[in-house]
Amino acid sequence: MSAETERLLFPAARRQQSSALRRWTEREGVFSWLMITPPLVFLAALVGYPFAFGIWLSLESRVVARPGTFVGLTNFAMDLHDPVFWQVVQNTFVYTGAATLLKMVGGLGLALVMNQAFRLKNLVRAAILLPFIVPTVLSTVAWMWILDPAFSVVNWLLVHTGIANPGPSWLGNPHLAMGSLIVVNTWRGLPFYAITLLAGLQTISPDLYEAATIDGAGVLDRFRYVTLPLLKPVVFIVTMFSLIFTFADFQLIYVLTRGGPANATHLFATYAFDVAMSGGQLGLGASIALTMVPPLALMIVALAIYMRRR
Amino acid sequence: MVVRRGWRISALQLWLPLGFFLLFELFPFYWMAVTSLKPNQELYNTHVMPLIVYHPTLKHYVDLLSETNFLVWTWNTLLVATVSTAISLVLGVMLAYPLARMNFPGSALIAFTVAATYLVPQPLLFIPMADIIQRMGLGNTLTSVILTYPTLLIPFCAWLLMGYFKSVPRELEDAARIDGATRLQTMFRVFLPLCTPGFISAGIFAFTLAQNEFLYALVFLTDTSVRTVPVGAIAELIRGDVFYWGQLMAAALLGSVPVAIIYSFFVEHYVAGLTAGSVKQ
Repeated sequence: MSAETERLLFPAARRQQSSALRRWTEREGVFSWLMITPPLVFLAALVGYPFAFGIWLSLESRVVARPGTFVGLTNFAMDLHDPVFWQVVQNTFVYTGAATLLKMVGGLGLALVMNQAFRLKNLVRAAILLPFIVPTVLSTVAWMWILDPAFSVVNWLLVHTGIANPGPSWLGNPHLAMGSLIVVNTWRGLPFYAITLLAGLQTISPDLYEAATIDGAGVLDRFRYVTLPLLKPVVFIVTMFSLIFTFADFQLIYVLTRGGPANATHLFATYAFDVAMSGGQLGLGASIALTMVPPLALMIVALAIYMRRR
Repeated sequence: MVVRRGWRISALQLWLPLGFFLLFELFPFYWMAVTSLKPNQELYNTHVMPLIVYHPTLKHYVDLLSETNFLVWTWNTLLVATVSTAISLVLGVMLAYPLARMNFPGSALIAFTVAATYLVPQPLLFIPMADIIQRMGLGNTLTSVILTYPTLLIPFCAWLLMGYFKSVPRELEDAARIDGATRLQTMFRVFLPLCTPGFISAGIFAFTLAQNEFLYALVFLTDTSVRTVPVGAIAELIRGDVFYWGQLMAAALLGSVPVAIIYSFFVEHYVAGLTAGSVKQ
């Protein structure tokens, strides 16, 4: 083979080789996997690995800046014998349950009110969403000032209308502190509920209401037999979202009460933070954070199954 | 349902409840603004009616900008939110396009994993994450949050974009394929340009999520020069038992402004992002 023919043949061979590679990457499965591998690797490295490492940490007795020693399930056993841990469990369920219920009822109410025709509707909708888009920590600081022991504007109103004198210590009394946190969480989450439910309401065809009215249904009947059944899927999904994020709340509690007074408002997240970051016990803190996994997993799987069925 | 109603009924059904909700949802912002404009002798005087300002002053704003690192924190926040949003959009598209358009082995499992990852809250991961960030030598760097925020944003972007991608008709892509375009060309030259509204929704939403993040920033960033606005405000405007209320309120208001401005331009896109996944249009 002369050098001349080799030069002529070589590009063709290369073209053939590259077109084979091209045919391979054009296959649907190959293209898809080439595309999704980088983001999957990223998530595996920064979500999967920390999660696995967290499980490992929870099995170690480990204090900041010192190597850990493997202790098996000792940390979890310590949690179960820790009265504060059980208080945290109770707090979390009260906080999540009450706040979600308030957001659901209030959000549905606001969505129904806003589902009427009125002027400036878009402006009202934009304004009502503000609490949801403003950074939580910053708006919570405003609430801290509203609930301040000495200069609370709520107490000023209570004193000057003669309802109470002096006004209560909103964040100093265990029950009031929990109540205040629930109200602030509701304040922030209600717009999300309302706007999503409003979008759901707007997908319901007016024909259905008309037909129901012709059949003699009153306002309550239309709500009970038309609105509610058609809105149920949206309500379910929004509620699962709200449950998951309220259950794992951190910012609000950290800013307003840091879990106090006397642990009355500690949730899993803030207690784990206290033990791991302030107390320096990384292993024990990781074990507290991990106890959130079973209820979270249950909610996530329920949500996934529900969305698949639809 | 446009029915003419008497003013009494419309007041009872509409304006009364709407007024209550608006008052409840917007009062804290009014309170922030009023407080930030009050001089200290008015702020800490319980005998003065607190709901209005008698002698408005910009002193707290001047002090905030001159005595603290507020502008540095603002810059850090915007930088971190912008970069992590950009990373998340790119990686989110790479997940969403195949999941929305292709059949491949494992797609159902990956779709579930992505949705589940979105619902993994930071409190679950921050302790091991803090250790990992320290070992990588990234403590007190903006890189630490730029790397970790996309873990919260990618699943969200992917999920939202997947829904959007599915609503785009396939005809144009099919035509491009028949004309001999490769899959990559079809995706970049034909498909993605059609999806600008989806990117705006995902981008706006991701940006507000990144601005709102607190726990990772609190744990990873302890030096004032790398702090974001929420962490800076909490850590430096509250010193022990001393609260600089005027400056805190000024910081809260100014810290909310950038996100509120962006939001006001794209409300519709934001609402589309918010309701995506739960409401079928």
